[in-house]
Amino acid sequence: MVENNRWGNLLAHIILILGVAIVIFPVYVAIIASTHPSGTFLRGVMPLLPGPNALENYKTVIVEGRSRAGTPPIGGMLWNSFVMAMAITIGKLSISLLSAFAIVYFRFPFRIFFFWVIFLTLMLPVEVRILPTFQVVADLGMLNSFAGLSIPLIASATATFLFRQFFMTVPEELMEAARVDGAGPMKFFKDILMPLSITNIAALFVIMFIYGWNQYLWPLLITTDPEYYTIVMGIQRMVTGGDSEPLWHLVMATVVLAALPPILVILFMQRLFVKGLTETEK
Amino acid sequence: MQTKRMTFSSGWLPYALLAPQVIITLIFFIWPASQALYQSVLRQDIFGLRTEFVGLDNFARLLNDPLYLNSLNVTFWFSVGTTFLSMSVALLFAVMVNRMIRSRDSYTTFLVWPYAVAPAIAGVLWWFIFNPSIGIMPYMLKGFGYDWNHRSSSTDAMILIIVAAAWKQISYNFLFFLAGLQSIPQSLIEAAAIDGASRMKRFWTIVFPLLSPITFFLMVVNVVYAMFDTFGVIHATTEGGPAQATNILVYKVYRDGFVNLNLGSSAAQSVILMAIVVILTVIQFRYIERRVNY
Repeated sequence: MVENNRWGNLLAHIILILGVAIVIFPVYVAIIASTHPSGTFLRGVMPLLPGPNALENYKTVIVEGRSRAGTPPIGGMLWNSFVMAMAITIGKLSISLLSAFAIVYFRFPFRIFFFWVIFLTLMLPVEVRILPTFQVVADLGMLNSFAGLSIPLIASATATFLFRQFFMTVPEELMEAARVDGAGPMKFFKDILMPLSITNIAALFVIMFIYGWNQYLWPLLITTDPEYYTIVMGIQRMVTGGDSEPLWHLVMATVVLAALPPILVILFMQRLFVKGLTETEK
Repeated sequence: MQTKRMTFSSGWLPYALLAPQVIITLIFFIWPASQALYQSVLRQDIFGLRTEFVGLDNFARLLNDPLYLNSLNVTFWFSVGTTFLSMSVALLFAVMVNRMIRSRDSYTTFLVWPYAVAPAIAGVLWWFIFNPSIGIMPYMLKGFGYDWNHRSSSTDAMILIIVAAAWKQISYNFLFFLAGLQSIPQSLIEAAAIDGASRMKRFWTIVFPLLSPITFFLMVVNVVYAMFDTFGVIHATTEGGPAQATNILVYKVYRDGFVNLNLGSSAAQSVILMAIVVILTVIQFRYIERRVNY
Protein backbone atom coordinates (compact mmCIF):
# COMPACT_ATOMS: atom_id res chain seq x y z
CA MET A 1 0.00 0.00 0.00
CA VAL A 2 0.95 3.58 -0.38
CA GLU A 3 1.67 4.80 3.11
CA ASN A 4 2.87 2.62 5.90
CA ASN A 5 0.02 2.75 8.33
CA ARG A 6 0.82 0.60 11.33
CA TRP A 7 -2.56 0.97 13.05
CA GLY A 8 -4.34 0.30 9.78
CA ASN A 9 -2.39 -2.89 9.28
CA LEU A 10 -3.07 -3.99 12.82
CA LEU A 11 -6.76 -3.36 12.30
CA ALA A 12 -6.65 -5.32 9.05
CA HIS A 13 -5.02 -8.26 10.83
CA ILE A 14 -7.66 -8.15 13.55
CA ILE A 15 -10.50 -8.11 11.01
CA LEU A 16 -8.94 -10.97 9.07
CA ILE A 17 -8.29 -13.10 12.14
CA LEU A 18 -11.89 -12.58 13.24
CA GLY A 19 -13.04 -13.38 9.72
CA VAL A 20 -10.97 -16.55 9.53
CA ALA A 21 -12.33 -17.55 12.93
CA ILE A 22 -15.91 -17.11 11.73
CA VAL A 23 -15.19 -19.02 8.53
CA ILE A 24 -13.58 -21.89 10.45
CA PHE A 25 -16.11 -21.93 13.29
CA PRO A 26 -18.69 -24.34 11.79
CA VAL A 27 -16.09 -26.98 11.06
CA TYR A 28 -14.49 -26.52 14.48
CA VAL A 29 -17.89 -27.09 16.04
CA ALA A 30 -18.39 -30.23 13.94
CA ILE A 31 -15.05 -31.67 14.96
CA ILE A 32 -15.71 -30.95 18.63
CA ALA A 33 -19.21 -32.42 18.50
CA SER A 34 -17.87 -35.58 16.89
CA THR A 35 -15.70 -36.28 19.94
CA HIS A 36 -18.47 -36.36 22.54
CA PRO A 37 -20.67 -39.20 23.75
CA SER A 38 -24.35 -38.98 22.82
CA GLY A 39 -25.37 -37.98 26.34
CA THR A 40 -23.71 -34.57 26.00
CA PHE A 41 -26.35 -33.39 23.56
CA LEU A 42 -29.23 -34.18 25.86
CA ARG A 43 -27.87 -31.84 28.53
CA GLY A 44 -28.28 -28.46 26.91
CA VAL A 45 -25.87 -26.32 25.00
CA MET A 46 -23.24 -27.99 22.85
CA PRO A 47 -19.71 -28.01 24.25
CA LEU A 48 -16.82 -26.01 22.79
CA LEU A 49 -14.04 -28.24 24.03
CA PRO A 50 -13.25 -31.76 22.83
CA GLY A 51 -14.71 -34.80 24.57
CA PRO A 52 -13.33 -38.29 25.11
CA ASN A 53 -15.28 -40.28 22.54
CA ALA A 54 -13.59 -39.42 19.25
CA LEU A 55 -12.19 -42.84 18.40
CA GLU A 56 -15.35 -44.64 19.35
CA ASN A 57 -17.63 -42.33 17.33
CA TYR A 58 -15.54 -42.50 14.20
CA LYS A 59 -15.25 -46.26 14.52
CA THR A 60 -19.02 -46.50 14.87
CA VAL A 61 -19.81 -44.53 11.74
CA ILE A 62 -17.09 -46.03 9.57
CA VAL A 63 -17.49 -49.69 10.44
CA GLU A 64 -20.96 -50.25 11.84
CA GLY A 65 -23.22 -47.49 10.58
CA ARG A 66 -26.70 -47.48 12.00
CA SER A 67 -28.23 -50.40 10.27
CA ARG A 68 -31.46 -50.16 12.24
CA ALA A 69 -32.05 -46.62 10.99
CA GLY A 70 -31.26 -47.70 7.44
CA THR A 71 -27.88 -46.00 7.17
CA PRO A 72 -25.06 -48.26 6.07
CA PRO A 73 -21.49 -47.88 7.37
CA ILE A 74 -19.69 -44.78 6.10
CA GLY A 75 -16.77 -46.76 4.72
CA GLY A 76 -18.77 -47.93 1.72
CA MET A 77 -20.30 -44.50 1.17
CA LEU A 78 -16.88 -42.86 1.11
CA TRP A 79 -15.79 -45.37 -1.50
CA ASN A 80 -18.93 -44.72 -3.58
CA SER A 81 -18.35 -40.98 -3.42
CA PHE A 82 -14.78 -41.47 -4.51
CA VAL A 83 -15.74 -43.68 -7.44
CA MET A 84 -18.48 -41.29 -8.51
CA ALA A 85 -16.22 -38.21 -8.26
CA MET A 86 -13.42 -39.91 -10.19
CA ALA A 87 -15.79 -41.20 -12.87
CA ILE A 88 -17.28 -37.74 -13.37
CA THR A 89 -13.85 -36.09 -13.41
CA ILE A 90 -12.17 -38.49 -15.80
CA GLY A 91 -15.24 -38.73 -18.00
CA LYS A 92 -15.61 -34.97 -18.31
CA LEU A 93 -11.92 -34.42 -18.96
CA SER A 94 -11.68 -37.08 -21.66
CA ILE A 95 -14.78 -36.19 -23.65
CA SER A 96 -13.93 -32.49 -23.35
CA LEU A 97 -10.34 -32.85 -24.53
CA LEU A 98 -11.45 -34.85 -27.55
CA SER A 99 -14.30 -32.58 -28.56
CA ALA A 100 -12.31 -29.38 -28.02
CA PHE A 101 -9.55 -30.87 -30.18
CA ALA A 102 -12.07 -31.65 -32.93
CA ILE A 103 -13.61 -28.18 -32.80
CA VAL A 104 -10.34 -26.25 -32.84
CA TYR A 105 -8.16 -28.34 -35.15
CA PHE A 106 -10.59 -29.55 -37.80
CA ARG A 107 -12.90 -27.95 -40.27
CA PHE A 108 -15.87 -30.11 -41.20
CA PRO A 109 -19.57 -29.84 -42.04
CA PHE A 110 -21.90 -29.10 -39.09
CA ARG A 111 -19.00 -28.03 -36.90
CA ILE A 112 -20.82 -24.97 -35.64
CA PHE A 113 -24.00 -26.92 -35.10
CA PHE A 114 -22.19 -29.43 -32.86
CA PHE A 115 -20.46 -26.59 -31.09
CA TRP A 116 -23.81 -25.10 -30.09
CA VAL A 117 -25.36 -28.43 -29.14
CA ILE A 118 -22.53 -28.88 -26.66
CA PHE A 119 -22.49 -25.33 -25.44
CA LEU A 120 -26.19 -25.26 -24.72
CA THR A 121 -25.39 -27.44 -21.71
CA LEU A 122 -23.43 -24.63 -20.12
CA MET A 123 -26.78 -23.13 -19.25
CA LEU A 124 -28.93 -25.68 -17.52
CA PRO A 125 -27.91 -27.37 -14.29
CA VAL A 126 -29.35 -30.79 -13.63
CA GLU A 127 -31.55 -29.40 -10.85
CA VAL A 128 -33.67 -27.58 -13.40
CA ARG A 129 -34.53 -30.56 -15.61
CA ILE A 130 -34.45 -33.04 -12.78
CA LEU A 131 -37.63 -35.01 -13.38
CA PRO A 132 -37.22 -35.75 -17.11
CA THR A 133 -33.54 -36.59 -16.61
CA PHE A 134 -34.55 -39.01 -13.89
CA GLN A 135 -37.09 -40.59 -16.23
CA VAL A 136 -34.49 -41.05 -18.97
CA VAL A 137 -32.08 -42.70 -16.56
CA ALA A 138 -34.86 -44.92 -15.19
CA ASP A 139 -35.91 -45.94 -18.70
CA LEU A 140 -32.34 -46.89 -19.50
CA GLY A 141 -32.27 -49.10 -16.40
CA MET A 142 -29.44 -47.09 -14.87
CA LEU A 143 -30.92 -46.53 -11.41
CA ASN A 144 -28.69 -47.83 -8.63
CA SER A 145 -25.54 -48.02 -10.70
CA PHE A 146 -22.31 -46.10 -10.96
CA ALA A 147 -23.09 -45.37 -14.60
CA GLY A 148 -26.36 -43.72 -13.56
CA LEU A 149 -24.59 -41.76 -10.84
CA SER A 150 -21.92 -40.34 -13.09
CA ILE A 151 -22.74 -40.30 -16.81
CA PRO A 152 -25.66 -37.83 -16.73
CA LEU A 153 -23.47 -35.37 -14.81
CA ILE A 154 -20.67 -35.65 -17.36
CA ALA A 155 -22.79 -33.84 -19.94
CA SER A 156 -21.60 -30.33 -19.28
CA ALA A 157 -19.47 -28.10 -21.41
CA THR A 158 -17.41 -26.08 -18.91
CA ALA A 159 -14.32 -28.20 -19.50
CA THR A 160 -14.81 -28.17 -23.27
CA PHE A 161 -15.03 -24.40 -23.14
CA LEU A 162 -11.80 -24.09 -21.18
CA PHE A 163 -9.85 -26.48 -23.39
CA ARG A 164 -11.09 -24.71 -26.50
CA GLN A 165 -9.84 -21.39 -25.14
CA PHE A 166 -6.52 -22.94 -24.27
CA PHE A 167 -6.03 -24.70 -27.62
CA MET A 168 -6.65 -21.39 -29.39
CA THR A 169 -3.57 -19.96 -27.65
CA VAL A 170 -1.26 -22.83 -28.66
CA PRO A 171 1.11 -21.53 -31.38
CA GLU A 172 0.24 -22.66 -34.91
CA GLU A 173 3.89 -23.42 -35.66
CA LEU A 174 3.75 -26.48 -33.44
CA MET A 175 1.11 -28.04 -35.61
CA GLU A 176 2.84 -27.04 -38.83
CA ALA A 177 6.07 -28.58 -37.59
CA ALA A 178 4.23 -31.76 -36.61
CA ARG A 179 2.69 -31.98 -40.07
CA VAL A 180 6.02 -31.41 -41.81
CA ASP A 181 7.40 -34.27 -39.76
CA GLY A 182 4.54 -36.41 -40.99
CA ALA A 183 2.67 -36.73 -37.68
CA GLY A 184 -1.03 -37.53 -37.95
CA PRO A 185 -3.67 -35.68 -35.91
CA MET A 186 -3.82 -38.24 -33.11
CA LYS A 187 -0.05 -38.31 -32.77
CA PHE A 188 -0.03 -34.53 -32.57
CA PHE A 189 -2.79 -34.69 -29.95
CA LYS A 190 -1.00 -37.26 -27.83
CA ASP A 191 2.61 -36.10 -28.09
CA ILE A 192 2.27 -32.33 -28.29
CA LEU A 193 -1.14 -31.07 -27.23
CA MET A 194 -1.65 -33.25 -24.16
CA PRO A 195 1.74 -32.50 -22.57
CA LEU A 196 1.12 -28.78 -23.13
CA SER A 197 -2.28 -28.96 -21.44
CA ILE A 198 -1.13 -30.81 -18.36
CA THR A 199 -1.46 -27.83 -15.97
CA ASN A 200 -4.95 -27.06 -17.23
CA ILE A 201 -5.94 -30.69 -16.92
CA ALA A 202 -4.68 -30.82 -13.34
CA ALA A 203 -6.43 -27.57 -12.43
CA LEU A 204 -9.72 -28.77 -13.86
CA PHE A 205 -9.25 -32.10 -12.18
CA VAL A 206 -9.37 -30.39 -8.78
CA ILE A 207 -12.56 -28.50 -9.58
CA MET A 208 -14.34 -31.43 -11.21
CA PHE A 209 -13.43 -33.76 -8.37
CA ILE A 210 -14.95 -31.38 -5.84
CA TYR A 211 -18.02 -30.96 -8.03
CA GLY A 212 -18.45 -34.73 -8.29
CA TRP A 213 -17.84 -35.41 -4.63
CA ASN A 214 -20.33 -32.77 -3.51
CA GLN A 215 -23.25 -33.96 -5.64
CA TYR A 216 -26.37 -34.24 -3.54
CA LEU A 217 -29.73 -34.16 -5.31
CA TRP A 218 -28.79 -36.54 -8.11
CA PRO A 219 -27.53 -39.46 -5.98
CA LEU A 220 -30.42 -38.85 -3.60
CA LEU A 221 -32.89 -39.52 -6.39
CA ILE A 222 -31.36 -42.39 -8.27
CA THR A 223 -30.00 -44.52 -5.44
CA THR A 224 -32.55 -46.45 -3.41
CA ASP A 225 -30.15 -49.29 -2.68
CA PRO A 226 -27.85 -48.45 0.28
CA GLU A 227 -25.05 -50.18 -1.65
CA TYR A 228 -24.84 -47.08 -3.82
CA TYR A 229 -25.36 -44.29 -1.29
CA THR A 230 -22.79 -41.53 -1.49
CA ILE A 231 -21.65 -39.84 1.67
CA VAL A 232 -23.04 -36.34 1.09
CA MET A 233 -26.54 -37.66 0.45
CA GLY A 234 -26.11 -40.27 3.19
CA ILE A 235 -25.90 -37.47 5.75
CA GLN A 236 -29.42 -36.40 4.93
CA ARG A 237 -30.67 -39.94 5.61
CA MET A 238 -29.03 -39.75 9.04
CA VAL A 239 -30.45 -36.35 9.90
CA THR A 240 -34.07 -37.00 9.01
CA GLY A 241 -34.72 -40.11 11.03
CA GLY A 242 -38.21 -39.42 12.30
CA ASP A 243 -39.19 -36.90 14.92
CA SER A 244 -36.38 -37.55 17.35
CA GLU A 245 -33.28 -35.38 17.49
CA PRO A 246 -30.53 -36.67 15.22
CA LEU A 247 -27.64 -38.46 16.90
CA TRP A 248 -25.49 -35.39 16.66
CA HIS A 249 -22.18 -36.94 17.61
CA LEU A 250 -22.46 -39.49 14.78
CA VAL A 251 -23.86 -37.00 12.29
CA MET A 252 -20.97 -34.64 12.94
CA ALA A 253 -18.39 -37.42 12.63
CA THR A 254 -19.94 -38.20 9.24
CA VAL A 255 -19.93 -34.53 8.27
CA VAL A 256 -16.23 -34.29 9.06
CA LEU A 257 -15.45 -37.39 7.02
CA ALA A 258 -17.58 -36.17 4.11
CA ALA A 259 -16.02 -32.70 4.02
CA LEU A 260 -12.42 -33.73 4.55
CA PRO A 261 -11.39 -35.19 1.16
CA PRO A 262 -12.39 -32.18 -0.98
CA ILE A 263 -10.92 -29.77 1.59
CA LEU A 264 -7.61 -31.65 1.50
CA VAL A 265 -7.64 -31.57 -2.29
CA ILE A 266 -8.05 -27.77 -2.21
CA LEU A 267 -5.39 -27.20 0.43
CA PHE A 268 -2.80 -29.34 -1.32
CA MET A 269 -3.52 -28.08 -4.80
CA GLN A 270 -4.44 -24.48 -4.02
CA ARG A 271 -2.52 -22.89 -6.87
CA LEU A 272 -3.96 -25.23 -9.46
CA PHE A 273 -7.41 -24.84 -7.99
CA VAL A 274 -7.32 -21.04 -8.19
CA LYS A 275 -5.98 -21.18 -11.74
CA GLY A 276 -8.69 -23.58 -12.83
CA LEU A 277 -11.44 -21.63 -11.11
CA THR A 278 -10.61 -18.20 -12.44
CA GLU A 279 -10.07 -19.54 -15.96
CA THR A 280 -13.26 -21.57 -16.20
CA GLU A 281 -15.42 -18.69 -15.11
CA LYS A 282 -13.91 -15.82 -17.01
CA MET B 1 -16.26 -18.90 -35.04
CA GLN B 2 -12.47 -19.09 -35.11
CA THR B 3 -10.35 -22.08 -35.98
CA LYS B 4 -6.69 -22.47 -36.59
CA ARG B 5 -5.37 -21.07 -39.85
CA MET B 6 -4.20 -24.54 -40.76
CA THR B 7 -6.34 -27.54 -39.93
CA PHE B 8 -6.03 -31.27 -40.26
CA SER B 9 -7.76 -32.78 -43.24
CA SER B 10 -11.13 -33.97 -42.00
CA GLY B 11 -13.01 -37.15 -42.84
CA TRP B 12 -14.64 -39.25 -40.17
CA LEU B 13 -12.11 -38.45 -37.43
CA PRO B 14 -13.58 -35.19 -36.08
CA TYR B 15 -17.01 -36.82 -35.84
CA ALA B 16 -15.54 -39.71 -33.91
CA LEU B 17 -13.82 -37.29 -31.55
CA LEU B 18 -17.04 -35.39 -30.95
CA ALA B 19 -19.22 -38.47 -30.69
CA PRO B 20 -18.88 -39.27 -26.96
CA GLN B 21 -19.76 -35.76 -25.84
CA VAL B 22 -22.52 -35.26 -28.39
CA ILE B 23 -24.16 -38.61 -27.60
CA ILE B 24 -24.13 -37.98 -23.85
CA THR B 25 -25.43 -34.46 -24.38
CA LEU B 26 -28.28 -35.68 -26.58
CA ILE B 27 -29.37 -38.48 -24.25
CA PHE B 28 -28.97 -36.82 -20.88
CA PHE B 29 -29.43 -33.19 -21.75
CA ILE B 30 -31.29 -32.35 -24.96
CA TRP B 31 -33.77 -35.22 -24.60
CA PRO B 32 -34.79 -34.47 -20.97
CA ALA B 33 -34.89 -30.74 -21.62
CA SER B 34 -37.27 -31.24 -24.53
CA GLN B 35 -39.31 -33.67 -22.43
CA ALA B 36 -39.70 -30.90 -19.85
CA LEU B 37 -40.93 -28.55 -22.56
CA TYR B 38 -43.36 -31.19 -23.83
CA GLN B 39 -44.72 -32.16 -20.41
CA SER B 40 -45.23 -28.55 -19.48
CA VAL B 41 -48.18 -28.41 -21.89
CA LEU B 42 -49.75 -31.66 -20.68
CA ARG B 43 -51.78 -32.58 -17.64
CA GLN B 44 -52.11 -36.05 -16.13
CA ASP B 45 -54.88 -37.25 -13.87
CA ILE B 46 -53.84 -38.36 -10.43
CA PHE B 47 -53.38 -42.03 -11.34
CA GLY B 48 -51.33 -41.25 -14.43
CA LEU B 49 -53.92 -42.97 -16.61
CA ARG B 50 -54.99 -40.13 -18.82
CA THR B 51 -52.95 -37.33 -20.26
CA GLU B 52 -54.40 -34.38 -22.05
CA PHE B 53 -52.97 -31.44 -23.89
CA VAL B 54 -53.69 -28.23 -22.00
CA GLY B 55 -51.55 -25.67 -23.84
CA LEU B 56 -50.26 -22.92 -21.63
CA ASP B 57 -52.76 -23.74 -18.91
CA ASN B 58 -50.08 -25.10 -16.54
CA PHE B 59 -48.25 -21.80 -16.76
CA ALA B 60 -51.43 -19.78 -16.25
CA ARG B 61 -52.25 -21.82 -13.17
CA LEU B 62 -48.77 -21.32 -11.77
CA LEU B 63 -48.93 -17.58 -12.13
CA ASN B 64 -52.25 -17.56 -10.28
CA ASP B 65 -51.08 -19.96 -7.61
CA PRO B 66 -50.34 -18.16 -4.34
CA LEU B 67 -47.89 -20.92 -3.37
CA TYR B 68 -45.89 -20.38 -6.54
CA LEU B 69 -45.92 -16.62 -6.15
CA ASN B 70 -44.78 -17.11 -2.58
CA SER B 71 -41.96 -19.33 -3.81
CA LEU B 72 -40.91 -16.63 -6.29
CA ASN B 73 -40.89 -14.10 -3.52
CA VAL B 74 -38.92 -16.38 -1.19
CA THR B 75 -36.38 -17.11 -3.93
CA PHE B 76 -35.97 -13.40 -4.59
CA TRP B 77 -35.19 -12.52 -0.97
CA PHE B 78 -33.02 -15.56 -0.52
CA SER B 79 -30.93 -14.72 -3.60
CA VAL B 80 -30.62 -11.06 -2.67
CA GLY B 81 -29.66 -11.91 0.91
CA THR B 82 -27.13 -14.58 -0.01
CA THR B 83 -25.55 -12.52 -2.77
CA PHE B 84 -25.29 -9.37 -0.68
CA LEU B 85 -23.96 -11.09 2.44
CA SER B 86 -21.37 -13.27 0.71
CA MET B 87 -20.16 -10.51 -1.62
CA SER B 88 -19.81 -7.80 0.99
CA VAL B 89 -17.95 -10.04 3.43
CA ALA B 90 -15.73 -11.36 0.62
CA LEU B 91 -14.92 -7.83 -0.56
CA LEU B 92 -13.96 -6.79 2.96
CA PHE B 93 -11.66 -9.81 3.32
CA ALA B 94 -10.14 -9.28 -0.14
CA VAL B 95 -9.37 -5.60 0.55
CA MET B 96 -7.76 -6.50 3.86
CA VAL B 97 -5.74 -9.41 2.47
CA ASN B 98 -4.61 -7.27 -0.46
CA ARG B 99 -2.90 -4.89 2.02
CA MET B 100 -0.81 -7.71 3.37
CA ILE B 101 2.50 -8.62 1.84
CA ARG B 102 3.97 -11.49 3.77
CA SER B 103 0.81 -13.02 5.21
CA ARG B 104 -1.27 -12.81 2.03
CA ASP B 105 -0.93 -16.46 1.07
CA SER B 106 -1.60 -17.82 4.53
CA TYR B 107 -4.81 -15.81 4.92
CA THR B 108 -5.90 -16.90 1.46
CA THR B 109 -5.39 -20.54 2.40
CA PHE B 110 -7.58 -20.10 5.46
CA LEU B 111 -10.32 -18.40 3.47
CA VAL B 112 -10.62 -20.58 0.34
CA TRP B 113 -11.40 -24.03 1.69
CA PRO B 114 -15.15 -23.60 2.37
CA TYR B 115 -15.51 -23.77 -1.42
CA ALA B 116 -14.88 -27.51 -1.02
CA VAL B 117 -17.76 -28.04 1.41
CA ALA B 118 -20.94 -29.36 -0.19
CA PRO B 119 -23.99 -27.08 0.16
CA ALA B 120 -25.85 -29.86 1.95
CA ILE B 121 -23.05 -30.16 4.49
CA ALA B 122 -22.90 -26.39 4.95
CA GLY B 123 -26.62 -26.55 5.66
CA VAL B 124 -26.25 -29.30 8.26
CA LEU B 125 -23.36 -27.47 9.97
CA TRP B 126 -25.25 -24.22 10.41
CA TRP B 127 -28.41 -26.06 11.28
CA PHE B 128 -26.52 -27.64 14.15
CA ILE B 129 -25.04 -24.33 15.28
CA PHE B 130 -28.50 -22.74 15.20
CA ASN B 131 -30.30 -25.72 16.73
CA PRO B 132 -32.86 -24.18 19.12
CA SER B 133 -32.22 -26.59 21.98
CA ILE B 134 -28.48 -27.29 21.89
CA GLY B 135 -27.02 -24.83 19.35
CA ILE B 136 -24.49 -22.23 20.40
CA MET B 137 -26.08 -19.35 18.48
CA PRO B 138 -29.56 -19.52 20.04
CA TYR B 139 -27.81 -19.70 23.41
CA MET B 140 -25.88 -16.51 22.68
CA LEU B 141 -28.90 -14.80 21.18
CA LYS B 142 -30.88 -15.56 24.29
CA GLY B 143 -28.30 -13.48 26.13
CA PHE B 144 -29.43 -10.56 23.97
CA GLY B 145 -33.04 -11.37 24.67
CA TYR B 146 -33.80 -12.92 21.29
CA ASP B 147 -35.64 -16.22 21.24
CA TRP B 148 -34.32 -18.04 18.17
CA ASN B 149 -36.40 -20.78 16.63
CA HIS B 150 -36.15 -21.52 12.92
CA ARG B 151 -38.78 -24.25 13.26
CA SER B 152 -41.53 -21.78 13.97
CA SER B 153 -40.23 -18.41 12.81
CA SER B 154 -40.13 -17.77 9.06
CA THR B 155 -37.57 -14.99 9.47
CA ASP B 156 -35.25 -17.18 11.52
CA ALA B 157 -35.48 -19.99 8.97
CA MET B 158 -34.68 -17.60 6.14
CA ILE B 159 -31.69 -16.18 8.04
CA LEU B 160 -30.46 -19.70 8.68
CA ILE B 161 -30.43 -20.73 5.01
CA ILE B 162 -28.97 -17.39 3.90
CA VAL B 163 -26.09 -17.72 6.38
CA ALA B 164 -25.41 -21.33 5.36
CA ALA B 165 -25.54 -20.56 1.63
CA ALA B 166 -23.48 -17.37 1.91
CA TRP B 167 -20.81 -18.92 4.15
CA LYS B 168 -19.91 -21.42 1.44
CA GLN B 169 -19.83 -18.78 -1.28
CA ILE B 170 -17.52 -16.30 0.49
CA SER B 171 -14.36 -18.11 -0.60
CA TYR B 172 -15.37 -18.03 -4.24
CA ASN B 173 -16.13 -14.30 -4.23
CA PHE B 174 -13.02 -13.62 -2.20
CA LEU B 175 -10.75 -15.20 -4.84
CA PHE B 176 -12.28 -13.17 -7.64
CA PHE B 177 -12.19 -9.90 -5.70
CA LEU B 178 -8.58 -10.52 -4.73
CA ALA B 179 -7.61 -11.22 -8.35
CA GLY B 180 -9.41 -8.03 -9.34
CA LEU B 181 -7.68 -5.94 -6.70
CA GLN B 182 -4.29 -7.24 -7.73
CA SER B 183 -4.84 -6.21 -11.32
CA ILE B 184 -5.42 -2.55 -10.41
CA PRO B 185 -2.31 -0.52 -11.25
CA GLN B 186 -0.59 0.79 -8.12
CA SER B 187 0.35 4.02 -9.89
CA LEU B 188 -3.29 5.14 -9.98
CA ILE B 189 -3.63 4.78 -6.25
CA GLU B 190 -0.30 6.42 -5.58
CA ALA B 191 -1.22 9.40 -7.74
CA ALA B 192 -4.44 9.87 -5.80
CA ALA B 193 -2.56 9.58 -2.52
CA ILE B 194 -0.15 12.31 -3.62
CA ASP B 195 -3.16 14.47 -4.41
CA GLY B 196 -4.16 14.00 -0.81
CA ALA B 197 -7.11 11.61 -1.19
CA SER B 198 -7.78 9.68 1.99
CA ARG B 199 -7.79 5.92 2.07
CA MET B 200 -11.59 5.72 2.11
CA LYS B 201 -11.89 8.22 -0.69
CA ARG B 202 -9.35 6.33 -2.78
CA PHE B 203 -11.29 3.13 -2.28
CA TRP B 204 -14.68 4.54 -3.27
CA THR B 205 -13.53 6.73 -6.17
CA ILE B 206 -10.80 4.57 -7.73
CA VAL B 207 -10.68 0.99 -6.53
CA PHE B 208 -14.40 0.26 -6.31
CA PRO B 209 -15.27 1.59 -9.80
CA LEU B 210 -12.41 -0.42 -11.29
CA LEU B 211 -13.79 -3.51 -9.57
CA SER B 212 -17.27 -2.98 -10.96
CA PRO B 213 -16.95 -5.45 -13.89
CA ILE B 214 -15.92 -8.20 -11.46
CA THR B 215 -18.64 -7.16 -9.04
CA PHE B 216 -21.23 -7.44 -11.77
CA PHE B 217 -19.94 -10.80 -12.92
CA LEU B 218 -19.99 -12.10 -9.34
CA MET B 219 -23.52 -10.80 -8.85
CA VAL B 220 -24.78 -12.91 -11.75
CA VAL B 221 -22.81 -15.96 -10.62
CA ASN B 222 -24.06 -15.60 -7.06
CA VAL B 223 -27.68 -15.24 -8.09
CA VAL B 224 -27.32 -18.40 -10.21
CA TYR B 225 -25.70 -20.14 -7.26
CA ALA B 226 -28.40 -19.06 -4.81
CA MET B 227 -31.18 -20.08 -7.16
CA PHE B 228 -29.88 -23.43 -8.37
CA ASP B 229 -27.04 -24.83 -6.29
CA THR B 230 -28.59 -24.43 -2.88
CA PHE B 231 -31.02 -27.31 -3.11
CA GLY B 232 -28.90 -29.23 -0.61
CA VAL B 233 -28.95 -26.38 1.90
CA ILE B 234 -32.76 -26.39 1.95
CA HIS B 235 -33.37 -30.11 1.67
CA ALA B 236 -31.01 -31.07 4.48
CA THR B 237 -32.32 -28.42 6.88
CA THR B 238 -35.67 -26.64 6.70
CA GLU B 239 -37.27 -28.68 3.88
CA GLY B 240 -39.01 -25.57 2.65
CA GLY B 241 -40.70 -24.79 5.97
CA PRO B 242 -41.92 -23.43 8.24
CA ALA B 243 -45.11 -22.58 6.37
CA GLN B 244 -43.40 -22.44 2.93
CA ALA B 245 -41.04 -19.75 4.19
CA THR B 246 -37.95 -21.31 2.60
CA ASN B 247 -39.52 -23.14 -0.34
CA ILE B 248 -37.32 -21.77 -3.13
CA LEU B 249 -38.15 -22.49 -6.78
CA VAL B 250 -35.68 -25.35 -7.30
CA TYR B 251 -36.92 -27.06 -4.17
CA LYS B 252 -40.53 -26.61 -5.24
CA VAL B 253 -39.85 -28.25 -8.63
CA TYR B 254 -38.49 -31.25 -6.79
CA ARG B 255 -41.34 -31.34 -4.27
CA ASP B 256 -44.09 -31.02 -6.86
CA GLY B 257 -42.46 -33.50 -9.21
CA PHE B 258 -41.17 -36.24 -6.92
CA VAL B 259 -43.23 -35.93 -3.75
CA ASN B 260 -46.59 -34.61 -4.99
CA LEU B 261 -46.24 -36.24 -8.44
CA ASN B 262 -47.72 -33.24 -10.20
CA LEU B 263 -45.80 -33.72 -13.43
CA GLY B 264 -47.35 -31.00 -15.56
CA SER B 265 -46.86 -28.31 -12.97
CA SER B 266 -43.33 -29.47 -12.16
CA ALA B 267 -42.42 -29.43 -15.85
CA ALA B 268 -43.89 -25.95 -16.30
CA GLN B 269 -41.85 -24.76 -13.31
CA SER B 270 -38.74 -26.33 -14.87
CA VAL B 271 -39.39 -24.44 -18.08
CA ILE B 272 -39.71 -21.14 -16.22
CA LEU B 273 -36.46 -21.89 -14.39
CA MET B 274 -34.74 -22.72 -17.68
CA ALA B 275 -35.83 -19.36 -19.04
CA ILE B 276 -34.38 -17.63 -15.97
CA VAL B 277 -31.02 -19.42 -16.30
CA VAL B 278 -30.83 -18.73 -20.01
CA ILE B 279 -31.40 -15.02 -19.42
CA LEU B 280 -28.78 -14.90 -16.68
CA THR B 281 -26.30 -16.83 -18.83
CA VAL B 282 -26.81 -14.52 -21.78
CA ILE B 283 -26.16 -11.53 -19.53
CA GLN B 284 -23.01 -13.22 -18.27
CA PHE B 285 -21.75 -13.95 -21.78
CA ARG B 286 -22.35 -10.44 -23.02
CA TYR B 287 -20.34 -9.27 -20.06
CA ILE B 288 -17.51 -11.69 -20.87
CA GLU B 289 -17.41 -10.52 -24.46
CA ARG B 290 -17.15 -6.93 -23.35
CA ARG B 291 -14.28 -7.83 -21.05
CA VAL B 292 -12.42 -9.43 -23.92
CA ASN B 293 -12.68 -6.18 -25.89
CA TYR B 294 -11.15 -4.11 -23.10
